[in-house]
Amino acid sequence: MTTKVYERPASLIDKTTHYCGGCGHGTAHKLVAEAIDHFGIRDRTVGVAPAGCSVLMYEYLDVDTAESAHGRALAVATGLKRANPDLIVFTYQGDGDLASIGLCETIHAANRGEKVVVIFINNAVYGMTGGQMAPTTLIGQRTTTTPAGRSVVNEGGPLNMAEMIAPLNGVTYCERVALFDAKHVRKARKAIFKAFEIQLNGGGFAIVEILSACVTNLKMTPLAAQEWVADAMVKQFPLGVFKDETAQGDGDAV
Amino acid sequence: MAERTGNKQLVKGNVALAEGAVQAGCKCYFGYPITPQNAVPEYLSWRLPEVGGTFLQAESEVASINMVLGAALTGARVMTSSSSPGISLMQEGISFLAGDQLPAVIVNMQRCGPGLGGIQPTQGDYFQATRGGGHGDYRTLVLAPANVQELFDFTYLAFDLADKYRNPILVLGDAILGQMKEPAILEPDHPREEPDKSGWTLTGAKDGRPLRNIRSMFLGEGVQEQLNYTLREKYDRMERDEVRYDQRWCDDADCAIIAFGTAARIAISAIHEARDEGIRVGLFRPQTLYPFPFDAIRSLSERVKRLLVLELNTGQMVEDVRAAVGDRAAVGFHGRPAGGLPSVTEVLAKIEEL
Repeated sequence: MTTKVYERPASLIDKTTHYCGGCGHGTAHKLVAEAIDHFGIRDRTVGVAPAGCSVLMYEYLDVDTAESAHGRALAVATGLKRANPDLIVFTYQGDGDLASIGLCETIHAANRGEKVVVIFINNAVYGMTGGQMAPTTLIGQRTTTTPAGRSVVNEGGPLNMAEMIAPLNGVTYCERVALFDAKHVRKARKAIFKAFEIQLNGGGFAIVEILSACVTNLKMTPLAAQEWVADAMVKQFPLGVFKDETAQGDGDAV
Repeated sequence: MAERTGNKQLVKGNVALAEGAVQAGCKCYFGYPITPQNAVPEYLSWRLPEVGGTFLQAESEVASINMVLGAALTGARVMTSSSSPGISLMQEGISFLAGDQLPAVIVNMQRCGPGLGGIQPTQGDYFQATRGGGHGDYRTLVLAPANVQELFDFTYLAFDLADKYRNPILVLGDAILGQMKEPAILEPDHPREEPDKSGWTLTGAKDGRPLRNIRSMFLGEGVQEQLNYTLREKYDRMERDEVRYDQRWCDDADCAIIAFGTAARIAISAIHEARDEGIRVGLFRPQTLYPFPFDAIRSLSERVKRLLVLELNTGQMVEDVRAAVGDRAAVGFHGRPAGGLPSVTEVLAKIEEL
């Protein structure tokens, strides 16, 4: 007798993605789909996909979705949730979207405690446009617009979004996770489940920042890119829970 | 303009339009403060919750218009209001609303520019309003009220038109119209027409229905081009069915003034004075700026050979009038930009020049 221990989540469409080999989006999409399946919320979930590689999320997740202008995902999500509070609303945003052009929307939506889930993919580079500097690009990191490496003097340092968002009043949950090995994927899965659970329970703003590898624009092999995330990125962006108002105490972040 | 019957009250234009939205079943308002339209959000901040709606002051006009887009995805009747600089900030979002084919109502109480300009009345945004305004090949239907009653009526109507065409609708006022008080009847003169939107809204994929995706980016060969043809077909229907104008005193006229909004009010005063002096002047007042009443103006120009376009700018609508008239009649122009208001004396002098 055989027991099925793993299968493709029903909310993940069975097709080959356009993402590069080693890219974290596929894994992150799957975790979101697993959460939607787990809570049985496919019929009330609406996702918002802003400009960036992941704008094509709607090709892969079997739920209602809307495109948003670059940086405006959380304004669109605010409109969706305020107009229909029965919906389960999530955004899926890259670092350029959430931390650069959409920083204002991010901070204000968090501060208002919008009852939405934010999946924030931080890969330290602009993916879709071809590897330019992101707000989360590391000091010294070479990109197509920082050919000599990012300099604090010229470009400023990377923005640590989880740390910036966690203290805001409306934030119920804020955790930073990573996808560089199976153990961390499981942690990321738990965090994403928790964020959706908070919205189902009527809680406030729940954000999961996911450190992910942009293999192509890092110009590394998939394995080297994962190691770079585990090493260089985690030094700048420590993993952990930065706020959890559903738990006792203030979370376990450093 | 047909006379309305009902209980008249002395009311400010900004409040009348806000109540028009409420009567139209507007469920959500998102906006950011800017003079001269602040009475709109101030009124709706208590009025909308009273009828079970949602009011939210956004962090910017950029956020406002995208919140509008989010609410429109659910099928809720939704609006925002602002004034010229704020409307400039909203243009990307309006382009997305047009590309996504979403219904929404946007009110622009124009103030003068360019730049920060000032808070005086103007009609400097005519081009922006009637040519789409943001990027891409699209149009928004533009209603141009000229009094407080029309602010109520046109805002009320705008919601029906937005749903009918699944398109953003602009109500184009100015600093005078928004802040002046006039007697008006704040009750609709016809029932609202809200179509069933369940065939396209994002509600969650219920009862096993396939997912829905609302977007404006289509990478497949020719798909984006096809979307633009679909939009064009919609604009053609608007141009065929939605042209509105008010034509008065034209039957015996030797000349006519073509003006909309506040400029039309000045034109009416000038026409009364001219007629007292025995000069037969008519009025042609577009109530939709897009679609523009090209055919009606062409007909007018076949009968009335001297036309004066009056605007609160240095000449925008006059280009459309000239395109409609061709060489059938002489088209003069008088305008004052950026808070300068043409006086009746100025207008009379221009009429005599024609």
